[in-house]
Formats: sequence, structure tokens, C-alpha cells
Amino acid sequence: MFKILKYSFYDLIRSRWSYVYFLFYLALGFVLLFLNNDVSKAVITLMNVIIVLIPLIGTIFGVMYYYNSREFTELLLAQPIKRSSIFMGQYFGVAGSLTLSLVLGLGIPFVLYGLLRSNAIFDFSLLLVTGAFLTFIFVGLSFVIAISNENKIKGFGYAVLLWLFLAVVYDGLFLMSLIVFEEYPLDTFSLVATMLNPIDLSRILILLKLDISALLGYTGAIFKQFFGTNLGFFISLVILLLWTVLPILGLRYKAMKKDF
Amino acid sequence: MTIEINNLHKQFGKNQVLKGVDLTIEEGKIYAILGPNGSGKTTLIKSVLGMVIPDKGEISVLGASIKKNWKYRKKIDYLPQIANFPPNIKVKELISMIKDLRNSPSEEEALIDLFGLEPFLNKKLSTLSGGTKQKVNIVLTFMFDSPLIILDEPTTGLDPKALIRLKELIQKEKANGKTILITSHIMQFVEEMADEILYLLEGEIYFKGSIEKLLQQTEQTNFEHAIAAITTGSHV
Amino acid sequence: MFSLLPHRKHALWLILLLLGQSLWAKTWNICNTCENSSIKETIALAKAHDTLLVQKGTYLEYEILVDKPLVIKGIDYPIIDGEEKGEIFRVQSDNVSLDGLFIINVGVSYTKDNAAIRVVQSKNFRIQNMVLEQLFFGIYLEKSSHGKVYHNRIIGEAVDEYNSGNGIQLWYSSDVEVSKNHVQGTRDGIYLEFSDRITITDNVSMDNLRYGLHFMFSNNDVYANNTFENNGAGVAVMFSKFITMKNNTFKKNWGTAAYGMLLKEINDAKIIGNTFEENTIGINIEGSNRINYTNNDFIGNGWAIRVVGACYTNSFKGNNFLYNSFDISYNSKLNDNVFEGNFWSSYTGYDLDKDGVGDVPYRPVKLFSYVVNRTPETIVLLRSLFMDIIDFSERVSPVFTPDNLKDAQPLMKIRS
Repeated sequence: MFKILKYSFYDLIRSRWSYVYFLFYLALGFVLLFLNNDVSKAVITLMNVIIVLIPLIGTIFGVMYYYNSREFTELLLAQPIKRSSIFMGQYFGVAGSLTLSLVLGLGIPFVLYGLLRSNAIFDFSLLLVTGAFLTFIFVGLSFVIAISNENKIKGFGYAVLLWLFLAVVYDGLFLMSLIVFEEYPLDTFSLVATMLNPIDLSRILILLKLDISALLGYTGAIFKQFFGTNLGFFISLVILLLWTVLPILGLRYKAMKKDF
Repeated sequence: MTIEINNLHKQFGKNQVLKGVDLTIEEGKIYAILGPNGSGKTTLIKSVLGMVIPDKGEISVLGASIKKNWKYRKKIDYLPQIANFPPNIKVKELISMIKDLRNSPSEEEALIDLFGLEPFLNKKLSTLSGGTKQKVNIVLTFMFDSPLIILDEPTTGLDPKALIRLKELIQKEKANGKTILITSHIMQFVEEMADEILYLLEGEIYFKGSIEKLLQQTEQTNFEHAIAAITTGSHV
Repeated sequence: MFSLLPHRKHALWLILLLLGQSLWAKTWNICNTCENSSIKETIALAKAHDTLLVQKGTYLEYEILVDKPLVIKGIDYPIIDGEEKGEIFRVQSDNVSLDGLFIINVGVSYTKDNAAIRVVQSKNFRIQNMVLEQLFFGIYLEKSSHGKVYHNRIIGEAVDEYNSGNGIQLWYSSDVEVSKNHVQGTRDGIYLEFSDRITITDNVSMDNLRYGLHFMFSNNDVYANNTFENNGAGVAVMFSKFITMKNNTFKKNWGTAAYGMLLKEINDAKIIGNTFEENTIGINIEGSNRINYTNNDFIGNGWAIRVVGACYTNSFKGNNFLYNSFDISYNSKLNDNVFEGNFWSSYTGYDLDKDGVGDVPYRPVKLFSYVVNRTPETIVLLRSLFMDIIDFSERVSPVFTPDNLKDAQPLMKIRS
């Protein structure tokens, strides 16, 4: 697996898109910090970028890479290599190189700015960790979609729809159901609904640090326990980890069954 | 026996591609797998390689079942139909990468020389023409020393000179006692190379035997016509 | 020599005072092994204007009545242990000074508000450098005036509201100065009821069960430079007029009904230069009119300002609103308050004419804040893309938020 990972990773590291992605984050980091000169505001803007853009880029990259390397995958499949190793290797190669672009692209300007000395270091690392999780989750989901759809256009469409659904539509439906059922106790429902969407989950994880004052304004006992203690933070992290593992298992399962 | 296939079934959606194929491939011969489009040639080959997972049936390669096994592929050199490689790496790197992945001794230098690939070694694969890519593909296949060689449309895109080299190469490997499976649409190439013909039709082995046997059975003198007549002949 | 001249008059007074003291006043020494070993008995022996020096040691006494003008001063913090039997000091005379005592174990009672120190109908008192622990009520001023509560340390261990008392309580008192005290772990840190012209400065009130500072029906008071941190419900200012609140810090008051400051029925107040940081609600305003909010900093609050009920003619000028989840929340469609020249960290406008003021107005009320008011659980959707899109469209063409609720001159740079 590690050999495949290595080759996929090097292949991607040298691709134009990795540079574009890296430079985008680099530019974003510099603009936010050096034009604004305000770490707290930069962290808030970054949060918006991370929970919207990272899933989108992860999805598109994952699907693109899978379809573009299909023939190469077939070449590898004829080699004496375990099937799951090929897909795991490619998956970790893509997710890893995207994460590297993210961490370096944002990390360099922040380090230059002197983040290590500022107290925003924790918020910032949380952002990067969440970003890394989202990259792995959405590359995984897009791989599962791509491996299930031979048709490139179809696979691409489903992947983007999935992103659109999780990033926007889900929250709209969520909001509507909260308003429709507002007479009922909803705190368990709203927490569970949050957990079921990795984007919402990541958002909550960051909110726990950025907007804890507001989150504590609500009366529900379950909310209070969730947001008021470290419990919420750990549960969110664990479920995010689960969200990362699930697509990987799905990918393994699909890879074992798939004909090429 | 190099390959033994028993009662192999495979269905893609509603399309029943292989309907109980029974086949024995013996050592040291060149087999040509023929059949109309969609007859299941590639599916058969890919089943042997473990790329297609059969619904039913048994395949064993060199005496061992291939189910949940991947190490047997060390004994196979496979040339895929369309060679599409990672675009961002160089030819040289691809070769060393495959070497690294297979982790077996290889003789790529003579082959590179044979197909005149030196000028391309430092070029990225995305910049190569189709024919050159196919040459790289051939180098990657023949550089290892495995007892079984499977070639899916090996002649695609090759210039006459390279084609001659390929034929020589196949003959040489045969002389070394290797078993070779070929699919091709170029009947002349098949006629020249094959010891045995496997004709697949509607998911079954319709004909298996030497070219002479085929000519006899179809009462034709020309190989190409014999192939064309093979199906009609049976229905008469 | 010339520079000393103005002091000559003071020096004369000092000499007279010293003479007077030695002539009329006596100093009593109290210690465990002395002739006078009880504070209570020594007070009975002493004459007005005498000084009692309480030496280091532990004194098991309670219900000590100070009914004549005395100075009672502890040397090296003698411990007065009330053994939870009741009130400890009761001052019922003008010109009493208590200084440097360590009072513990005030009796908790459900019928009487026992205090470590109670001052009743007295003037010109001075309570300073006291340390109060294991208390019920701390310092209780009742119908007293013109005194000073200075540099005391009150540490309670309150757990439940019903059996705990307030740190410093003023009831029908006036013209008192409360400064440099540290109050923590009581019910209300500082509580004022019907008390006018009180000055509260440089105190720290933290970790109290209910309010750090609680005002009721008290007018013309000033509080400045205080820090209120992590109190159950922050600071409540209710039913009072002409209050000045300056340069205070309200921090980390988190919870369902926790505010940096709760204003209820407050009129004509000035709120200047305060810092509200990381509170669930910075200021909750209910039925309060004609208040000037100037140069305050609202940093990282859930809601910087929440306006509930009718509030008229308030003005918000020159404040900094930094990284609050919600800057302003309103529950009505009407607005009679003025927002002008504030800095809003979420302002995204531009300043083409470079005059330091944004060219497009800022609308500080998000539609989402209405949604959250209606269905509180929706708070989990904070900062989601969907809500941002909705907020953006509302900002472009307001439907639910008051049309005139905007800062037409938002600052481009933070007011420093």
C-alpha cells in the first residue's frame, strides 16, 4: 500500500492542480493576515473557507483523480498487489497531498506572521485539523461515488450534488424541520442531525471554540452538557473520526467487489 | 497445466457475458482468444487476472486457486488493451516504479533498445504518442521473466517495424517455454503467431483447437474466412 | 521653605489631633494573654474615640456591639471566630473604624440576615482591610451614610442561593464609597437597594452565584473600573435612574440567563468605555431609555447587545463590535435608537473617499438572530453557509429587520 501511496502522492505533488491549490491557500493566508492584520478575523474567515471549500475541492479532486487514473489502476490491478492496497494507496495519496497543500499553504503565512507566539495557535490548529478531516472524508466519499459509477459525468454529477446537499441543502432542511417542530424538545434532534453531516459537525467543532458564548445561551440540559463541558468536543472528534473511517470501509468493500 | 477454468459465469447487470466457460491452457503454447465484439474475451482474461470477480466457477493458475489470492500475479505478465499511464511521470520513472512494485528481476534495457525508446526515457508520459505509449506498455510487460504472458490487443498503434519486433519477442518467449495468451483483431497476426485458437461466442468456448483443425471444420482455406465462417457454419 | 508653607496649616491640625488623642483618647491592647482578652468586654470599658488594638490570636466572639465611636484595629490579622452562632460585628454609632481583622464563621440563618459586619444607622464609618471568610452576609450597611468600605477581601463558598448571602449589601444607604474590594463566592457580590449617590470603584467581583453587582431602585450612582467575571448571571441594573457606568470589565459570564450586564427599566444612564468580553449576552436591554453607550468594546460575545421590549432614544456611538456571534438582536420591527460611528468587525464595505468612514451602511441585525429568538435550537446552524446566504439576502433587501436599524457611518478602522 505504501508504495502505491508514495507514487500517487508524488504524482499529485507534481501535478499543476496541487500547486494551484497550495498557492490559493498561500495567497489566502497572506491576504487575510497581512492586509487585515487581525488573527481573530482571519480565523473566522478561514472557518468559512474551510467548511465550504475544502469539501468541494476534496470532492472534485477525488473524483477527478479516480477517473483520470482508471487505466493506470487497471495496470496496477494486473500486478501482484493486493486490491485494497491499490485503492487505499491512491486514496491516502490524494487525501494526503491535499492535506499537505492545505497545511503548508495556510501554515506558512501564519508562521511568518508570528502565529506561534500569538494565542490563536489553538484555534488555528483546530482549523487545520478539521480541514484535514474534511479533506479525508470528502475524498473518501468521492472515491466511493466514483468507484460505484463507471460513467464519469454521472459520477462527477453525483459527487457535486453530494457536496451541494451537505454544504447547503441539508442545513436548509434542518432549519425548516426545527422551525416546523419548534413546540417539541429539539436539542437531541438538533445534535444528532448535526452529527449526521460532516460539514455541520466540523462547523460545530470550530464553533465550540469561536462562539461558545452564544452556544451556551440555550436552555436545554443536553445542549448544556454538550457545549458546556469537554464532552461535546470529544464526541465531535470521535464522530468525525467515524466519518473518516466509514468512506474508507465503503471504498474497501466496493473495491473488493468491483470488476475492471 | 498453466490455467484451468471450470464452469465460469459472469454477468454485468442483465448482460450474461460468460456462461459456464471450461478451459484448460497448457504450458508452452501460444493461444489466441478470438470472438466477436462483446463475446467476453477481455472478461475472460480479466477473470484470470483477478480484475473481474466471477459470479460462479473456479479458476486456478499454475495449480493454485486465484480466489482471495494476489501473489499468483507475480507469475503473469499482462499487457492491457489501452495503456493510459499517470500523466505526470516520466517513462524512466514508470519503468522503475513498476519494477519497484513487482520487486522481481527485470531486463528492460534490451527492450528499450529494441523499440528505440531511449529518446523518450526522460519525457513525461502525457507527451507521448499512442504508438510510443504502446511500446512502453510492451516494455513493461516483457521486461519480467514470468511463465505466463497475457497480451490484450498488443498490436494497437504499432508501426510495421515495431510489429516485427513484437512478433520476434513473442516467438522468443515461446521458445523459452512460456505460455502466451493473445487477443487480437488482426487475423494475419493471429495466424502467424497462434498454436491454438479459442473462439468465444455468447459466453461460451465455441471452438478450441489448432488452425488446421479450424480450417478443416469450416471447410475453408483462408484463416480469415474460416473465422468469419465459424459461426455460420455451425448453424447450418 | 516656600514650598512647605501651604502645609503649615495641616501640620498644625495634626499636632492638635495628636495632642487631643493623648489628652482624651486611650489605646487599649487586646490579646489572648493580656489583661483585656475579649473584644466585647474591652468595648464596654472603652470610652468614645478610644483605639482598640487587637493583637494576633484567635478570639471566639460574636454579636460584638460597637455602640460608640471607636477605632478597632487588628495587628497581624487576628482571627475573630463566630463559631457560626450569629452576627459578629454590629456597628451602631457614627465614626467607627474597623481595620485589619480576619472574621470567620458567621452563622447561617434562614430567618435573620446575619452578617460578618453590620452597620446600622451610622455615619462616617470606615471598614477597611478586612478579610471575611466562611460567611453568610459579608458587610451589610443599613440606613447608613457617608462611609467607606475599602480594600476588603470577602471569600464565600456559596453553593445554593437560598442559604447564602451577599458580599457587600447596601440598603437605604447613601453617599458611601465602595472601592478596591475583592468579593467572590457569595450570592450577589455587591447588592444595592434604595441606595443613592454610591460610588463603586476598582472592585473585583467574581465567581458569585447570582450577580456580581446588583442594583435595585438606586439612583445617581457611579460604578467605574470594576471587574465582573464569571458570575452566575453577570451584573443586573434595575429600576434605577442616572447611573454612570465607566471603564468596567464584564467577562466570561456564560449561561442561559447570563449577561455581562442586564439593564431593566433604566433611564438616563451613561455607559462609557466598558469592556464586554466573552459573555453569552454582552448587554441585555429591557425597557431602558435615553442611555448613551459610548466607546465600549464588545469582544467575542454570543450577543453583544440584545434589545428586548421597548427601548427608546438610546444612542450607540463609537463602540467596537469585535467577533461577536451576533452584534445586535432585536425582537421588534421598530427602532428608535441611533447607531453611529461604531466599528463592526464583520463590516465588509469599502471607503472610496478615504475619510475613515465606510461608504455603505452596516446592518448589525442578522435575520438569523430572529430565527434563533424564535427557535433557540437553531443556534447549531450558526455560521453555516445556508444561514450566511439567508443573512446576505436579508441584508441586501431587509424584510424582517427594521429598515432604519443601521449604522450609516461605520468606522473602517478599529477605535483604539
